[in-house]
Amino acid sequence: MFLFKLLLKNAFRHKLRTLLTMVGLIVAISAFGLLRTIVDAWYAGVEGTSSTRLITRSAISLGYPLPVYYADRIKKIDGVTGVTWLNWFGGVYIDNRNFFARMAVDANSYFPLFPEFQISKEEQAAFMADRQGVILGRKTAQRFGWKVGDTIPLSGTIYPGNWTFNIRGIYTVKDARFDETLMLLHWSLIDESVKKRLGSLAANQVGLFMVGIKDPSKASVISQEIDTLFRNSVAETRTETEKAFQLGVVSMSKAILMAIRAVSFVVILIIMAVMANTMTMTARERLAEYATLKALGFSPGFVVKLLFGESMLIALIGGVVGIGMTFPLAKGFLLQTNNVFKVFEISQETMAFQAVAALIVGLIAAMWPAWKMSRIDIVQGLRHVA
Amino acid sequence: MRAIPLSYVMRNLWVRRVTTVLTAGGMSLVVFVFATVLMMSEGIKETMVATGQPDNVIVLRKGSGTEINSAILRTQASSLEALPGIATDSEGHRLLARETVVLNNLPKRDSEDTANVTMRGTTQIGLGIRPQVKLVQGRMFRPGTSEIIVGQAVAKGFANISLGSTLMMAGREWTIVGIFDAERSGFDSEIWADSDTVTQAFRRSVYSDIIFKLNTIEAFPAVAKAIADDPQLQLDVKLERRFYADQSEGMTRFITLLGLSLSVIFSIGAIVGAMITMFAAVASRIGEIGTLRALGFRKEAVLLAFLGEALGLALVGGLVGLAGASAMQSVNISTLNMATFSELAFRFKLTWVVSIETMAFALLMGFLGGFVPAWRAGQLSIIECLRQA
Repeated sequence: MFLFKLLLKNAFRHKLRTLLTMVGLIVAISAFGLLRTIVDAWYAGVEGTSSTRLITRSAISLGYPLPVYYADRIKKIDGVTGVTWLNWFGGVYIDNRNFFARMAVDANSYFPLFPEFQISKEEQAAFMADRQGVILGRKTAQRFGWKVGDTIPLSGTIYPGNWTFNIRGIYTVKDARFDETLMLLHWSLIDESVKKRLGSLAANQVGLFMVGIKDPSKASVISQEIDTLFRNSVAETRTETEKAFQLGVVSMSKAILMAIRAVSFVVILIIMAVMANTMTMTARERLAEYATLKALGFSPGFVVKLLFGESMLIALIGGVVGIGMTFPLAKGFLLQTNNVFKVFEISQETMAFQAVAALIVGLIAAMWPAWKMSRIDIVQGLRHVA
Repeated sequence: MRAIPLSYVMRNLWVRRVTTVLTAGGMSLVVFVFATVLMMSEGIKETMVATGQPDNVIVLRKGSGTEINSAILRTQASSLEALPGIATDSEGHRLLARETVVLNNLPKRDSEDTANVTMRGTTQIGLGIRPQVKLVQGRMFRPGTSEIIVGQAVAKGFANISLGSTLMMAGREWTIVGIFDAERSGFDSEIWADSDTVTQAFRRSVYSDIIFKLNTIEAFPAVAKAIADDPQLQLDVKLERRFYADQSEGMTRFITLLGLSLSVIFSIGAIVGAMITMFAAVASRIGEIGTLRALGFRKEAVLLAFLGEALGLALVGGLVGLAGASAMQSVNISTLNMATFSELAFRFKLTWVVSIETMAFALLMGFLGGFVPAWRAGQLSIIECLRQA
């Protein structure tokens, strides 16, 4: 208890310096947490997947069209519970900053495959009855202040022209891992527009198939079976689990993610330098004190304990406040970025990492001064009083 | 007013070496992050600007935005060929190419990952109007064959790519007959082949874009108007350079925004570090300050001396950080361009503007960290100082 009191007194003897160091620590620890959360958000699509869904897409690249009749052939494979297809609609609402994902889906087969999307029977029926109807994720509806019955004007990118959609329903999700920002429209609508524009040969094309399977352990067998089915055909396929597919998409931005990760460690290094500087200065100023303690018979270990304890105390307070500050910071960041991230949650792992980082900073900062102070010569130290 | 000699200021930094190194070290890390971010967006800009030729024009379907989304019918292509203002070569051929652009998902060289590579089906003329594309190995593809030439960044970054090897794309084997260097432009991240072969192999019924060279750049408004006035066409016309600059805009904006906000957050840490150091410097030299004042140096001179010390710290930090960043110039990176959904290779590019901005940023950190302590040093009364010493 005596030791702790001494530590507390010591730590706040130089109020301004300790306060500044803590501010630095808080900034660094919360920035570190924010950066990790950003990287996690990128991988959110991977977390929000189901092990009972496969994705079949063109072997050429994602988005290259496949004929819709493949669905019937995939359905016949043993262990397949359902097949649906979708096309990326693209489009722009006012300008590119108002991005949210818009997908053309086959309404009849889509919802049975996505049980995590919850929507009332009435809204679903209203959607089915309206060719220009859409179902919107709750987050996107909130972001633009839209409600059921509103219309959304979009200008087409992949499907040219000016489009108007009627909001017929708003879906929610069971679990924060899943995407609550989608806009779902009728696939038949865009297919007709293609038919009108380019003729029936260009129509009946889909971007990808989602395949529901009964047994997740059969995923790789069924994937192979699907791809074999279409080998050497007009359009070869590549099938993988939903998770593998999402990971593939994320890995395309790997260089950026690695840079963010690297930078998140740089901020810890920066604060380590600042903290080490504080402790070095503190130790230098208290040279005479430590010499006195030694002269009174305290062991060199006691001086070491004092320095480490003080450093850890500052790091601990800074770390805890820093972790707390991450929450408002993350909220502000999400607002600033126009909600491009579908899921933005600070994970427990991130908080643990933040705590560990703060403690490591505290430890390393005290190392050099502690080593030096434990070796001071009493006479030299006492002479320093002058 | 007599200034305190600079040597006094600089020697103080030297006397407290450990503190100086730690403070300047923290600053140099912030400067490093700041500089590399600016270098990254410079690099992307450089790549994209080099991709477009000043007098080339690209035509896409209205509203499509990218080559991948675009579709141009054969009839539209024919009416474009008849436009006035298009340059011709010595044999009277119009310098216009109908191109087909597709994405191919290929395995990367150093990892398990795959990435999308842009494959451009073009013609001899299409090659001719991009003079920056030069073969460095092998030969050109022959029209009507499944031969391809690949850009240098593709050759470096993707698996199984070398002269003579084959790639499976769209159910067909393609033979690599040449590797080209496109002077660090976006084309370095592309695969080029014969337009008709690509159209057939990928079962496309339409072209992706039409590219042509103007007689003179002044002809552009007239050409653009002619296309806009034709209700049959419904096409977007852009100068090639403008088009590629637009493609990079989202990416550079994202990187700059993220990088600069990080730099600002990080700089708080470094400024705090400088402040701690300078407060301590003032506190430990109270006697000296009193002596200087007693010798006749004015308040302002004391303030300047301490501010100079903080700026000296920042200068050291800035130079070290900048040196580290300039070492990044030899690093090439490639990542997904969200706008085109394909891989783009670029480098970190250090320009004079970036260097100056970086040093200004470092000195600003020094100033912000040093001003309050320096001001306080100036305000101390002589008697108090001398008594405490």
